[in-house]
Amino acid sequence: MLRLEVRPQPSARWGYASPLLALAITVVIGVILFAVLGKDPVRGLQVFFWEPIKSTYALSELMVKATPLLIIALGLAVCFRSNVWNIGAEGQYLIGAIFAAGVALTADKTTGPWIIPAIIVAGILGGMFWAGITALLRDRFNANEILVSLMLVYVAIQVLNFLVYGPWKDPLGYNFPQTKTFESVTQIPKLMQGSRVNIGLLLALAGVAAVWVFLFRTYAGYGQLVGGLAPAAARYAGFSSRKALWIALLTSGGAAGLAGALEVAGPIGQLTPYVPAGYGFAAIIVAFVGRLHPVGIVFSAILMSMFYIGGELAQSRLGLPKSITGVFQGLLLFALLACDTLIAYRIKWSK
Amino acid sequence: MTTPRLQLTGITKRYPGVVANSGVSLTVAPGQIHAVLGENGAGKSTLMKIIYGSVKPDEGAVMFNGQPVHVRNPQEARALGISMVFQHFSLFDTLTVAENVWLGLDKSLTLAEVSASIDVTASQYGLDIDPKRPVHTLSVGEMQRVEIIRALLTNPQLLILDEPTSVLTPQAVEKLFVVLNKLASEGCSILYISHKLHEIRELCTACTVLRGGKVTGVCDPREESNASLSRLMIGAEPPALEVRALNAGAAVLEVHGLTLASDDPFGTDLADIALTVRSGEVVGIAGVSGNGQSELLFALSGEDRRAPAGSIRVTGKDASHHGPGKRRALGLHFVPEERLGRGAVPTLSLAHNLLLTRRDALGAGGWLKLGALKAQATDIIQRYNVKANGPDAAAKSLSGGNLQKFIVGREIEAKPKLLIVSQPTWGVDVGAAAQIRGEILALRDAGCAVLVVSEELDELFEISDRLHVIAKGRLSPSMDRADATIERIGEWMSGLWDAPSGAASEHHKKETAHAAA
Repeated sequence: MLRLEVRPQPSARWGYASPLLALAITVVIGVILFAVLGKDPVRGLQVFFWEPIKSTYALSELMVKATPLLIIALGLAVCFRSNVWNIGAEGQYLIGAIFAAGVALTADKTTGPWIIPAIIVAGILGGMFWAGITALLRDRFNANEILVSLMLVYVAIQVLNFLVYGPWKDPLGYNFPQTKTFESVTQIPKLMQGSRVNIGLLLALAGVAAVWVFLFRTYAGYGQLVGGLAPAAARYAGFSSRKALWIALLTSGGAAGLAGALEVAGPIGQLTPYVPAGYGFAAIIVAFVGRLHPVGIVFSAILMSMFYIGGELAQSRLGLPKSITGVFQGLLLFALLACDTLIAYRIKWSK
Repeated sequence: MTTPRLQLTGITKRYPGVVANSGVSLTVAPGQIHAVLGENGAGKSTLMKIIYGSVKPDEGAVMFNGQPVHVRNPQEARALGISMVFQHFSLFDTLTVAENVWLGLDKSLTLAEVSASIDVTASQYGLDIDPKRPVHTLSVGEMQRVEIIRALLTNPQLLILDEPTSVLTPQAVEKLFVVLNKLASEGCSILYISHKLHEIRELCTACTVLRGGKVTGVCDPREESNASLSRLMIGAEPPALEVRALNAGAAVLEVHGLTLASDDPFGTDLADIALTVRSGEVVGIAGVSGNGQSELLFALSGEDRRAPAGSIRVTGKDASHHGPGKRRALGLHFVPEERLGRGAVPTLSLAHNLLLTRRDALGAGGWLKLGALKAQATDIIQRYNVKANGPDAAAKSLSGGNLQKFIVGREIEAKPKLLIVSQPTWGVDVGAAAQIRGEILALRDAGCAVLVVSEELDELFEISDRLHVIAKGRLSPSMDRADATIERIGEWMSGLWDAPSGAASEHHKKETAHAAA
């Protein structure tokens, strides 16, 4: 019989191996899934794991999708490590996109390139504002931040719909619910010709370094970690739990808002009801698969981006529904949660 | 010779990385009160869990009344006639005594029948308790009585008690001993787990000493001395402490009119606490836990900032609304009772745990100097003789005593003007306890003001210059240690310092007269 035995110390090796094993299990279940659906499993794996990296263009598309995931997940890592459960990054992402669009829509033919930093700052402030509502309700009324932040996602979606169906609708847009296409001066500068990768990728990589330094090399970051690991110890040390709450939510909200701004003024170029793409929710998985560690999150963001692209390709190549992306994301998260058992326990055979 | 009630032979239990019991043998005769003596981590608890069926031994045999038995779980143990009273009670606060007892029994009896049998058992053994009272209104001693009654209702032939006196007043301990002696005289065997030498010598008729998972001696404790028992237990006599003359200076901590409602519904409200600690003296606060100690310490440390303005002064400055960080800047350092989770973050390294209360390894802008931090931690590990796997060892990988040495070292090395220590040696083995007390006294001699809150009277007598007693959220006047006796402290623990009875009240009158003059 299989038996779980507590390890004397959590295994550091399994801390790293668990995400890899989870990925392997996801692949195995994926193969079974393809076979059951009557698709060629080898072809299926190719679509998910080879096509997204087989050419420079494919790689650049991978980066385009990975960038917002990475930025949002970095913010969430700070938040989750502080024991603050912001589930509403999708809403903060949307409000960031709306604030950024508001600035972008003011541009005309005479606008200078200063508009770009203004758009980015507006996006960050938008995300912070939306997360700040959650922080305020939690701080003042002890409202549960999981529920509040999640419900605010749906409020944010309605705000977006109101704007694109109402005041911000493009008068020349044949009554489609969307704003006019932003002026080209508002386009986030691209890194190279012929691909959609923009400076957002550089901002994301700078964010990796910044979050790493903040969490592991500064006293303020240490305070956040202690508040998450042992609230009574944080109180004993004198770290304010209110301050930690606000830092956590404003950081993750600001990051999500930044991702929204980069997306709406980058690849999308206008505000439509299709801006919410689930990045805010997928980033939760990215953050956990990446062990809430900035470097780990880089890898998990790329992986999750593969699932997005693979899911899109699976529609055209294999005739599978788009929800296959969600299936893979869910499989990975569940496999990871199961594999994490091995960090604290070991398996023993016994008669 | 009669058949032994319980006989263990060659019991071995290995856990990953540690052998908890190695070839342990133990024989308990019917009606015998048998002590199991050992330091923390000596393997006492594992052995008891094996007898009680909650842990399976790797090797060895268990005989009960001459029959080999394999106790697979506590239900089987109870069916055999083995009952256990745990150190930490498993009672539901919101249920009544009878309901709690009922929960632990077979469901063949009605609640009314259980109430009736509680009354019978209670009067038979002098364990006064009202079955209808909700448990949260009981004192700790009464809760223990409920646990004992629950164990007795299963008509045990062997009763295991794990550190039963750690939460009791001296008077309650005496009552408990009367009950245990009566039980033993009726033929029930008792296994009494403790590390308190004088209790074992007073109560027990046989003793098995464990050290490092092995039996180091079987003796009759009545014929042994504290010194000989502790030699068996720790392999050496605990170093004696030298107490020097009092050389108290200016008041460092002044508490006056500290009245504070607890924010916990089951907590204790503080009422008009007054207290002074001067530099160069150790002031002890005795009392049974749950009488306001934790609330008082929260208010003193700054973790609770709701104290009335002006009620807490540190080095002459009003600190009642300061947080812990600001109080530390005034020189107030605090060692809390809970080491893991409050005094230290379990999963962080020792070096990182320094940062909780120390800021001397911080560079500009709050940059962590990891090298300096590690050097500091290594220093404390060496100086305080902490058994740890270097400065990177996680706090939770240390034993309770070693972590306590580290935390005490962390606070002492901060060169405090006022050190507040709660339960300095709770759950710490004898050697480490002596070392920690020695460090506290050295700090006092160096001119620091020290406030110690402890439930261990021996410890308070050993290190304090003056003593207070806390009871039901009120603090007694202080008495010099020279005037303190176990009897008087015990009386004060019941809150009786201003009732007109005996020497306590006379002393109090004298004190108030002094204050008036």
